[in-house]
Amino acid sequence: MTRRLERGAEFKDWGTYVGRRLLQGLLVLWAAFTLAFIILYILPSDPVRIMLSGSGAEFANASDADLAKVRAEYGLDKSAPLQYLHALWNAASGDLGRSIQRGMPVTDLLGGALGQTVRLGLAAFAIALVLGVAVALGAAFTRNRLVRQLVLTTPSLGVSIPTFWSGLLFTQVFAFRLGWVNVFDQESWKSILLPALTLAIPTSAFIAQILAKSLSATLGEPYIQVVRSRGASEARVLLRNAFRNASLPLLTMIGMIVGNMLAGSVVVETVFSRMGVGRLTFEAVNAQDIPVVMGVVILAAAVFVVISLVVDLIYPLLDPRVSVRTARRRNAAPSPLTPPSPDGTAADLPSPTTATIQGAVA
Amino acid sequence: MTAATLPLARPSNATATRARARALTVISRPGLVLAILVIALVILWAFLPHLFTGQDPLQGVPSERLSPPSGAHLFGTDHLGRDIFSRMVYGASLTLRATLIAVLVGLVIGALTGLVAGFVGRWVDDVLMRVVDVMLAIPGLLLSLAVVTALGFGTLNVAIAVGVSNIAGFARVMRSETLKVRSLTYVEASRALGSRSSYTLRTHVLPNAIGPVVALSALEFGTAILSISSLSFLGFGAQPPTPEWGSLVSDGRDYLATAWWMTTFPGLTIAAVVLSANRIARHLEGR
Repeated sequence: MTRRLERGAEFKDWGTYVGRRLLQGLLVLWAAFTLAFIILYILPSDPVRIMLSGSGAEFANASDADLAKVRAEYGLDKSAPLQYLHALWNAASGDLGRSIQRGMPVTDLLGGALGQTVRLGLAAFAIALVLGVAVALGAAFTRNRLVRQLVLTTPSLGVSIPTFWSGLLFTQVFAFRLGWVNVFDQESWKSILLPALTLAIPTSAFIAQILAKSLSATLGEPYIQVVRSRGASEARVLLRNAFRNASLPLLTMIGMIVGNMLAGSVVVETVFSRMGVGRLTFEAVNAQDIPVVMGVVILAAAVFVVISLVVDLIYPLLDPRVSVRTARRRNAAPSPLTPPSPDGTAADLPSPTTATIQGAVA
Repeated sequence: MTAATLPLARPSNATATRARARALTVISRPGLVLAILVIALVILWAFLPHLFTGQDPLQGVPSERLSPPSGAHLFGTDHLGRDIFSRMVYGASLTLRATLIAVLVGLVIGALTGLVAGFVGRWVDDVLMRVVDVMLAIPGLLLSLAVVTALGFGTLNVAIAVGVSNIAGFARVMRSETLKVRSLTYVEASRALGSRSSYTLRTHVLPNAIGPVVALSALEFGTAILSISSLSFLGFGAQPPTPEWGSLVSDGRDYLATAWWMTTFPGLTIAAVVLSANRIARHLEGR
C-alpha cells in the first residue's frame, strides 16, 4: 500500500520534472533566438543593405525601390519590436526565412546540409571518444610518474593545435605525400576519415582532460578503497568500479561537446570542401546572409537544448545518487540547463573547462 | 608571466624566502620556462619586428617565389616571393593586439556582469545569469560568426566578436567569486559600518574576487589566439596584403602539394604560442 503510494508520488515527481525541463529548454531556445535576433537584426544599422551588399553582383547597386521591396519581404519595414514578433512567430511555426544569397528557405538549406555534418560529427565523436578514453585510462594505468605526466600532457597539446592547420597538415601528409586518401573524392567512406580526425583532436583532448580529472577524483573515494581492500585487481577497480562513476561528468557536457563540434565543422568543412552545415555557415557569413546565419545559431542552440534535455532525463537513471526528487528540490543535478547554485559549486565545475573547449574546437 | 617573478621585489624577509621558493619552482619546470620564453619572444616580435628580420613583409621578390626554407628565408617564401618568417614577425603585432582586445572585451563586460549579478542578487542576478546561460548554449565560434556577420569583416570586428563569445565564461567565474567574498566577515563588517555599497564593492569585493578571473583571462588568451586565427583563416579578418597569422596559413592552402612550408611554419608557430599561453595559464591557475 505505502509502496504503491510512494511509486505514485515518484511518478508524479517524474512528470513535473520532465515538464519543468521541457519548459526550461523552450525558454533557453527562445532566449537564444532573441539574442541572435538582437545581434543580427538590431545591432547593424541597416541589415538589408548589409545583406544585399554581401550577396554579390545581382544586388551590387540596389535601388531604393529594391531595398524597400526586400525590407517588406523580410518584415524589416516595421518597427523593431514588430519585426521581432514577426520573426518569432515565423520561427515558432518552423519558418526561418529565406536565404538572401540563394533564395531558398533556410530550413531547406539546413536540412539538405545536415546529413553530411551529422555523418562527420558521428565519426569525429567516435574517434574522439576512443582517443580520449584511451588517454585517460592510459594515464590511470601507468605506474611510472614521468610517463604518466607525459601521457597527461597530450590533451593540452590537442587543444592548442588549430584545426585549420591540422586539417591541412593531414591533407599534406596522407593525401599528397603518402597518397593514402584521394582528397577530391567526396563519396567513399575513406573521404570522411581525415576531416573526422581533424575535428576529433580537440574534442578528444577535452574528453581526456575531463575524464582524467574525474577518474583521479573517483579513485580517491572510500568505496574504491573498499573494493581494493577486497583484493580486486587494478584493472577491475578501474574498469568496473571507477570508470562508470568517473564518466558521469562527461555525460553532462555532451551537449556542449556536440555544439562545439558543430561550430568546429565550420573550419573543418571549409578546409576539406565538404558541403555541410559548417560550409553553409562559412558561405553565409562570407555573403553576410543574415537569415542563414540566424538559422545556424538557432540550430546549434536547439541541438544543445535537446541533448541537455535528454541527458538530464536519463541522468537520474544512471546515477542513483541523483533522484528526480533531489534534482528537482535542490536544482542540483549538474545540468547545463540549470544555473549554478548560489554557493558557486556548480559554477566551479564547468567554468575553466568551458573556456578551454570553446576555443579548442575553433 | 611577470606575476610569477614580480614578488621578488618585496622587502619582507618571509616574502623574500617565499619568492625565492617560487622562483625555484619556476626554474625547476623546463616546460614553463620554455613557455615564458616563447611568449616573451612573440611579444618582442610585436613591438620590435625590425630587430628580428630585415625583410619586407609586404614586398615580395618575384624571382624568389616559393623557395623552400633556407638561411636567407628561415620559413621559406610564399607565392609572391615574400619572406614568410618576416610576415609572421610583422603579423604578431596585429594578432596579439586583436587577442588582447578580445580578452579585454570578455574580461571587462563579463567581470562587470558577474560582479553586479553576484553582489546585487535577487532578480538582477536571475536575469543576468539567464542571459549568460543562453550565451553558453550557443557555441563560442558560432556566436563570434554571428557578431562578425553583423559588424562586418576586419581585425577589430573579429576581436570584438571573439570577446563577446568570452563574456559568459568570465561572468560565471566572477559571479561565483563575488558570492564567496560577499558573505565573508570583513565585507559584512564594512556594510554594517554603513559604507555605501559602491564603496564596499570597489574596495573589498572586487580586489578579493578578481584573482581567479585574472587567471581565467590568461587561459582565455590562448583560446582567443586560436579563435581569432580561425576567423582570420576563414577570411574574416585583415584584408589581403596585411599579414595576420590565420590568413598566412590560408595563403598556403593552394600550395599544399608544392610548398609545404607555407602552411607548416605559420601553423606550428600558432600552435606553439597557444600551447605556451595555456601552460602559463595552468601555472597561474594552480597557484
